[in-house]
Amino acid sequence: MNDHPPSGLSRRRFLILGAVTATAFALPPFISLKAYAAHLEQPAMANVTFEVNGKPQALEVDNRTTLLDALREHLHLTGSKKGCDHGQCGACTVIVDGRRINSCLTLAVMQDGAKVTTVEGLGLPDRLHPMQAAFIKHDGYQCGYCTPGQICSAVAALKEIRDGIPSHASPSLTEPPQLITSELQERMSGNICRCGAYSNIIEAISEVAEVSA
Amino acid sequence: MRAFNYSRADSPAAAAQAALAQGTRFIAGGTNLLDLMKLGIETPQQLIDINHLGLDQTEATPEGGLRIGALVRNTDLAADPRVRKDYALLSRALLAGASGQLRNMATTAGNLLQRTRCPYFYDTNQACNKRTPGSGCAAMGGVTRQLGIIGVSDACIATHPSDMAIALRALDAQIETLNPDGNTRRIAMADFHSLPGSTPHIETALTPGELITGVTLPAPIGGTHIYHKVRDRSSYAFALVSVGLILQKDGSGRVAVGGIAPKPWRVEAAETLLPQGAKAVSARLLDGATPTPDNRFKVTLVERTLASVLAQARDEA
Ligand SMILES: Cc1cc2nc3c(=O)[nH]c(=O)nc-3n(C[C@H](O)[C@H](O)[C@H](O)COP(=O)(O)OP(=O)(O)OC[C@H]3O[C@@H](n4cnc5c(N)ncnc54)[C@H](O)[C@@H]3O)c2cc1C
Ligand code: SF4
Ligand code: FES
Ligand code: FES
Repeated sequence: MNDHPPSGLSRRRFLILGAVTATAFALPPFISLKAYAAHLEQPAMANVTFEVNGKPQALEVDNRTTLLDALREHLHLTGSKKGCDHGQCGACTVIVDGRRINSCLTLAVMQDGAKVTTVEGLGLPDRLHPMQAAFIKHDGYQCGYCTPGQICSAVAALKEIRDGIPSHASPSLTEPPQLITSELQERMSGNICRCGAYSNIIEAISEVAEVSA
Repeated sequence: MRAFNYSRADSPAAAAQAALAQGTRFIAGGTNLLDLMKLGIETPQQLIDINHLGLDQTEATPEGGLRIGALVRNTDLAADPRVRKDYALLSRALLAGASGQLRNMATTAGNLLQRTRCPYFYDTNQACNKRTPGSGCAAMGGVTRQLGIIGVSDACIATHPSDMAIALRALDAQIETLNPDGNTRRIAMADFHSLPGSTPHIETALTPGELITGVTLPAPIGGTHIYHKVRDRSSYAFALVSVGLILQKDGSGRVAVGGIAPKPWRVEAAETLLPQGAKAVSARLLDGATPTPDNRFKVTLVERTLASVLAQARDEA
């Protein structure tokens, strides 16, 4: 991640920089002086490189770009959806360095160097991931808008159970969590389905997880 | 969102120094800060990413406690075997908060510093003394069902929304910080969050540029640990009322309550009444409460939740 070189100083920016330097404020070397002018002028840009679905990607983005917008608008991976843009719905769930996160609440620049998996990276129509196949088999959707987030979340949630990470629904903190329906329901609570396909979603996940009851 | 510059700090000291500049914010998980930036409630000019400073480890302390790095993710802290065994209240409180995805990003320090969920604070068309000092408080006379009943002021009746903080208060945690001048200090959880008084925009004891580096827990105190969160749906919702309890075999214990005050609400004098039961404890705990007609139910809810949690603890002991 590098700062984009400034393209000439406007008079206004020059004045602002002057004002900043005049206060003789010592900035650490990793912060450029234009930092303090940028608010007022054009957007600050950055170069980001990360791996998305196994492919290295290099982008130049406005610092404000969320990971979700980088995926959808820059890389045209429109599987990940924007439902709320505030961490409240889970439609934007992707897997970063092995963990599910809300891609709307992280900046692309913060993910420089990361490995990102979206629903497109789990499987494609001709070679589906078992979770994708199970969602189809069990009708785990109606409109489908929440589905990519549900699928990414479900894949990572099963891994969390396998890794022994407890949940609010775990009866004991000292025993490993079990593959039971109440665990799946709790772990999937960050993915809202406006169509209410919840029971079919849990059936699909249960089949992949081979849940007992 | 307003434009800003972004940089990754290369050491905690450099991060603290850089943060002295006006308009600078640290960014950790980003789950609260970015949310507020999108709404124009936070408008930093400079973000300092503190995710790569090595502050993400949890270690044993020489005193027999734990030192939790400021950047330890909520998921990892809740899953740490030492926390699950000796500080179960903390695991339970963390697991009752947010969602799996959010806990994977949210950090210890960010969680402590998350801002209120008062709906009027979130709506930039409304007057809010916390968001814009001196502008008034639209919550007064508004819909106050979720808001505070104690520790509040004429200027602000918002609550602190963190579940984790309730456990840290009951566990007598200390917040470790690094100042831009290189000095470090420890702040007791009891003194960390401020009451609003006439300055609700001042929310903690932190000074400009001060970086949280970690949170220390004293040696385990044993007992039965229970966190009970009452909310409008059974998962992924903020607390209406939450009760954190540590009950010892001899009937003594600690109680901290969430969802009712601008900081985790614990009154040590109320804890001495535990052998007398929930009614006595909650009466003392809520002494001086000023509920609104909308949130008066929280007074009863605290007592009943505490009664249920005490019964559960006695069963489990
Ligand atoms: C939909 C939703 C539901 C939620 N539900 C709950 C819930 O039920 N219970 C609950 O407790 N929480 C809940 N949360 C809040 C969540 O826990 C917080 O957003 C999260 O803990 C913040 O941590 P972060 O690392 O992402 O902080 P950030 O957003 O990165 O930072 C928050 C603030 O802390 C400052 N900061 C961060 N680290 C440091 C440091 N080391 N030193 C000094 N300052 C620092 C930042 O500058 C910023 O001002 C919810 C959030 C969302 C979006
Ligand atoms: S209660 Fe506090 S946060 Fe809510 S509107 Fe009033 S001043 Fe703002
Ligand atoms: S779009 Fe990210 S959680 Fe809704
Ligand atoms: S299938 Fe329509 S929102 Fe879930």
